[in-house]
Amino acid sequence: MNIPADLKYTKDHEWIKIEGEHAIVGITDYAQGELGDIVYIEVDTEGETLDQEETFGTVEAVKTVSDMYMPVSGEVVEFNGDLEDSPETVNTDCYGDGWIVKIKMSNPGEVESLLDSEAYKNLIS
Amino acid sequence: MEQLVLNDIHVEMGGKMVPFAGYSMPVQFSGLIDEHHTVRNAVGVFDVSHMGEFFVRGPGAQELVQRITSNDVSKLFNGKVQYSCFPNERGGIVDDLLVYQLDNQEYMLVVNGANVDKDWAWVIKNNKDEVNISNESKNISLFAIQGPKATEVLSKLTNADLASMKYYTVTKAEIAGIPDLIVSTTGYTGSGGYEVYVQNEKAEQLYRKILEAGQEFGLKPIGLGARDTLRLEMGFCLYGNDITDDTSPIEAGLGWITKLSEDNDFVGRAHVERIKSEGVKRRLVGFELSEKGIPRKDYPIFSSDGEEIGIVTSGTMAPSVGKAIGMGYVSTGHNGEGNQILIGIRKKKIPAKVVKFPFYKG
Repeated sequence: MNIPADLKYTKDHEWIKIEGEHAIVGITDYAQGELGDIVYIEVDTEGETLDQEETFGTVEAVKTVSDMYMPVSGEVVEFNGDLEDSPETVNTDCYGDGWIVKIKMSNPGEVESLLDSEAYKNLIS
Repeated sequence: MEQLVLNDIHVEMGGKMVPFAGYSMPVQFSGLIDEHHTVRNAVGVFDVSHMGEFFVRGPGAQELVQRITSNDVSKLFNGKVQYSCFPNERGGIVDDLLVYQLDNQEYMLVVNGANVDKDWAWVIKNNKDEVNISNESKNISLFAIQGPKATEVLSKLTNADLASMKYYTVTKAEIAGIPDLIVSTTGYTGSGGYEVYVQNEKAEQLYRKILEAGQEFGLKPIGLGARDTLRLEMGFCLYGNDITDDTSPIEAGLGWITKLSEDNDFVGRAHVERIKSEGVKRRLVGFELSEKGIPRKDYPIFSSDGEEIGIVTSGTMAPSVGKAIGMGYVSTGHNGEGNQILIGIRKKKIPAKVVKFPFYKG
């Protein structure tokens, strides 16, 4: 199970990578493995400002559908458009090309409430 | 929760186990889409031992099966299998099943795993003449070998002439050194193949031999996930989704298994007759999405002008069709082929088109 040490995690299996006032968000290796073959990613919140833990999109595997939640509050500034045609990238490279949205954080202090890689590892083991 | 006889083998082979029908069942192995294509293009083996097997034997056997199933059992002959259902007393469906005529006055009824207890109670309730019936569900394992290479795989393990068996027939054969196995040309995938019934004690021996024989043909174990996408591409009904205690076989497009011939006086026949003569208010249809999205069970269906006209009963991304497909009930008048409908997916209404079954045309 791949759980990079430089990322923060939510209990709902999103990861977040902080880049100044922006952050990249995706779903974890554990999440993609549990979902199985991902066939559709729907994000229609681009341009919207959402609260921490609000739904920003949906990930659909062949058999299941799951919401994705904002790890911290902020504006969804970009959706990874490559996933429209190749949602399976989330299965093959969830921390790289399979990133899902870029957000502009409105309350970076919320990052403190997230899990580090050790705590996330404990959550899923 | 019950364990399959082969539970440890499934786990060893990477099976992801989930509770289903009271059993811990493998939902996937190598990956759902890979497994799906394996069955369409080569061959896969399913452990569907959760399915139930009832035997009806001796005097009155044919009469009892005729009475509780909607199809016409008198049309069967020894070695023939028939798709049928148990209609209930109010026009709905207790379960769908396969009826095997193994011999004169000897039938095997194969029912859905999730319904074994309900079905058995139903058979007992309707067995007024005390025909010899037995529920062997817990003693029998069932493997489905499905796909274009199925005959080649199984033929390596038997001298029986499986290749000449017609669709929906049954024979007894020695396979993998195990005598008298019930083997039928049935399945739930639309890719052809066999289903083999085996006593639990011999299940592992048979399964290992199938894996071994299948190696050169690329055979893989297949989970319930791919079983669902494969059946849905064919438009085969899934009990609990597309047909239930509250759906009429006529609404579900199963009129072809409800035979109203004179000598077929089955339980619930009056309801079926009434529905056939009055006409149905809704119809089970297949549809394809015209835009992105995936239909799921219980999503609402709307007419093209936004009126709610029905509900989705099954849906998926279909690997061999390359589209998002679904089945659902719509009000009569909206069920014509090519009719434009809308599927309510979260906050959106996604356009879809009514299409004929099967979705996958081989």
